[in-house]
Amino acid sequence: MIEALFFYLFAGIMLASGLMVVVSRNPVYSVLFLILAFFNAAGLFVLIGAEFLAMLLVVVYVGAVAVLFLFVVMMLDINFSEMRAGFQKYLPLGLIVGGILVFELVAAMYGDVFKGATLPEAMDISNTRALGNVIYTKYMYLFQVAGLILLVAMIGAISLTMRKREGVRRQSVAAQNLRSRAETVEVVSVPSGSSPENLSTAAVKSTKTTSRNGGNT
Amino acid sequence: MIDLLTHSYVVNVAWILAQILMVIGPLLIAVAYLTLAERRVIGFMQLRKGPNVVGPFGLFQPFADALKLMAKETILPAGANKVVFLFAPMLTFILAIVAWAVIPFGEGLVIADINVGILYLFAISSLGVYGVIMAGWASNSKYAFLGALRSAAQMVSYEVSMGLVIINVLLCVGSLNLSAIVEAQRDMWFALPLLPMFVVFFISTLAETNRAPFDLPEGESELVAGYFVEYSSMSFALFFLGEYANMILMSSMTVVLFMGGWLPPFDIFPLNVIPGPIWFILKIMLVLFVFLWVRATTPRYRYDQLMRLGWKIFLPFSLLYVVATAGFLLATDRLPTIMAG
Repeated sequence: MIEALFFYLFAGIMLASGLMVVVSRNPVYSVLFLILAFFNAAGLFVLIGAEFLAMLLVVVYVGAVAVLFLFVVMMLDINFSEMRAGFQKYLPLGLIVGGILVFELVAAMYGDVFKGATLPEAMDISNTRALGNVIYTKYMYLFQVAGLILLVAMIGAISLTMRKREGVRRQSVAAQNLRSRAETVEVVSVPSGSSPENLSTAAVKSTKTTSRNGGNT
Repeated sequence: MIDLLTHSYVVNVAWILAQILMVIGPLLIAVAYLTLAERRVIGFMQLRKGPNVVGPFGLFQPFADALKLMAKETILPAGANKVVFLFAPMLTFILAIVAWAVIPFGEGLVIADINVGILYLFAISSLGVYGVIMAGWASNSKYAFLGALRSAAQMVSYEVSMGLVIINVLLCVGSLNLSAIVEAQRDMWFALPLLPMFVVFFISTLAETNRAPFDLPEGESELVAGYFVEYSSMSFALFFLGEYANMILMSSMTVVLFMGGWLPPFDIFPLNVIPGPIWFILKIMLVLFVFLWVRATTPRYRYDQLMRLGWKIFLPFSLLYVVATAGFLLATDRLPTIMAG
């Protein structure tokens, strides 16, 4: 009874926030509602006893992916009225995509796909262990392939954004640590009355070394 | 009749509420006195006295501060996004509080003893960034936004190495349950065999809580106060409370993962008489002292140094250590038998 109540609570909020993601005028609100939807999905996972998946959903999607998403959306300079103008133009395309998804869902629900499927029996091992047992044995190769795909995406992103620029002063920690005291600092005694510029050969030498080694002074 | 009562939802809910109050009450007092301790400890380290006027040894200073904050006006900047602006500090504070649900204070002394306790903690601590980034955006101010961007990048970076450190501990325990993690340290605290990971974890918690030397998000010399520059009165106080509650939470996470939780350091006579929660609190206080110590003695990192440390040093190092730990456990046949729970 309580469980059913929570199911409708989570499911209701999730649907409502999913709708708000689409209709919100402000894209930042959209992302925030998306996060709310993720949370309620995590709640639904907990209700069916998949607490590991629920936590992963929060850690991965809310804690990492949506943060970067929000990051980007907040930095975009968006003209809201222009976006509304494009609404009618893109509406048919959106409706087609949405329609296809709804059709697939209905076909899956009332077709043969889920006919034999039931919720898995509650076992006395935790679902962390159950997942580990299948991922690292039966689906080992698929798991590795998923990792490789992510690696390729990562390398691609890095190679797209990395560029070498001239004139950038980078800190080289190794160079800084390898400098000896002798080539950096020289202690000279300045007799009173004379200006330090007169004995500045050593001082000039030391500043040169510093800048060549990329130290930040 | 009593049977009937104990099984009714009302009694259950009331009992849970009582437990929550038993955790939140002391937690808020601890937060209040942590602010005082911080000012006093840093004062002594810098050969000053710190606040010592209000009450004996300045003990009523936190209450004076709280009264002052409550009496001030809550200012809503004209250009701010009001809803998000007010929601951000609440979110920070709520997240700092809800994580305490899974912390075991003693044997069986935990509100929710869930199977995936450590993942829950990790999830909640990774959400802390939202309070910051929402505050920065909603303030509609350059300084606040820059602070929020820095903070988001910083917290996401250090979370990665924190996750890998946690994997190290989990390899030695074989369970995600926090009580099981503490019990696994009965013979030896994980701080000893996993000492490098202990250090990495502690430094990562400094970055995760935006504390010195990683307090760039609020770097007052360049960003005034960072993401909460536009906040005043109680909305500021909520950020403040949230930050300090997060510090205590991260310390307790360190204690649970590496310092044996509620277990006494040695299982010998005068030490094992002292009840577990007292040990737990003492250890948290020790870690918190190091937090303050670091703040008093280290200069702030530069932004590129911070990123370098997180991505180029901590991440590969903790990844290598995972491999090493797993290899060692496998080679010496010490892999834990996975508990059914």
